[in-house]
Amino acid sequence: MIIKVLGTGCANCKNLERVTREALSDLGIDARIEKVEDYGQIMGYGVMSTPGLVVDERVVLSGRVPSVEQVRDLLAAAR
Amino acid sequence: MVAVTSRMPRSREGQWLVLAGAAAAWVGLYVLNEHVWDWILFGAAGLNPADRITETIHFFLYDVVKITLLLTGIIFVVTVLRSYMSVERTRALLGGKRTGVGNAMAAGLGVITPFCSCSAVPAFIGFVAAGIPVGITMSFLIASPMVNEIAIGMLLSLFGWQVTAVYIAAGLVIAIVAGLIIGRIGAERWVEPFVFETRLGGQIVDPAAGLTFADRIQMGSEEAQSILRRIWPYLIVGIGLGALIHGWVPTDFFTTYAGPGSTFGVLVAVGIGVPLYSNAAGILPMVQALYEKGLPMGTLLAFMMAVVALSLPEMILLRRVLKPPLLVIFAGIVGTGIVAIGYLFNALLA
Repeated sequence: MIIKVLGTGCANCKNLERVTREALSDLGIDARIEKVEDYGQIMGYGVMSTPGLVVDERVVLSGRVPSVEQVRDLLAAAR
Repeated sequence: MVAVTSRMPRSREGQWLVLAGAAAAWVGLYVLNEHVWDWILFGAAGLNPADRITETIHFFLYDVVKITLLLTGIIFVVTVLRSYMSVERTRALLGGKRTGVGNAMAAGLGVITPFCSCSAVPAFIGFVAAGIPVGITMSFLIASPMVNEIAIGMLLSLFGWQVTAVYIAAGLVIAIVAGLIIGRIGAERWVEPFVFETRLGGQIVDPAAGLTFADRIQMGSEEAQSILRRIWPYLIVGIGLGALIHGWVPTDFFTTYAGPGSTFGVLVAVGIGVPLYSNAAGILPMVQALYEKGLPMGTLLAFMMAVVALSLPEMILLRRVLKPPLLVIFAGIVGTGIVAIGYLFNALLA
């Protein structure tokens, strides 16, 4: 599973990364989280409202920081 | 962060019940606030209400609770309402609209669309990619911070609906006019080229789609906590200054030096406001105290708009997509508009 957090370093983006790491450790998945900060790449995923969460090249969420439970559900569904 | 969703009742009735309970508690706290402090300071501690220091402390404590309650309530309600809108939906609505109508819609949508300034660049690129002209995009980008939802809520509770209506109208007019002017001067040449070259790929994901009611409540609750956590130092300073002004500045002090007829009052207010970086909530307590001491409403609105509409962090962010000439034009038009509104309303309301 390759996970990407799209965002340019504002508080929300950092929070999304933190929440995602927590969800990953809860599920016991060892996946790499990549931070994508380049606008061109972010737009390439069709994301206009950062932060965005991409799992295996599919955008699963954008525009807000979800709860750990919600990220867990999203990751579990993507497995 | 309190994880609300996991603890919310499953049924819609249950959720409404929880909301009603929270609202009732909120109203109770709000109404009791002043009486509690009256009792603690004047009753239990036996302090003298006529004493200036006591009055300042009383005002400070009362205002801290009142403003925290107001902010929590406003942010929660606004976030839940806004969860129905998104930049993606706004973009779809604005596509193909011509200048004029498009500017007015963009400004209006700018007020109601949840918009994190960190998304300013992707939003800008996205709008351009949808064929939305730069002028209309700028109307959106100007209206969004300028007509701030927290400011609306607080103005409503502190000064009533007339002042609030003036504030909203002023912000919209400035956003629309600025966007129209920018649209007329061929601003495309001052937009960084990469904006036009970036392709918007993949499937656009709309954050407003697929949210349950419990999700919206969760977002409201989290946003309120997050904002309060972030701005509480500004709040304490703002309320502290407000309390000091309330207690120590003579009434009508400002009428003498910066009253409605004053030539430079608005300019000074805007001049001080522009370099200040605060959010609306931090300065509203001070605004109320200043108004009590005779500073005219036009000057106050101008000050408030100057603080929130033009800030260094925002300029730095916009610099990524706008070249310096356009940044200067943008700041100049908005600044001039704010000053004009200040003088206009001082004249009208005097």
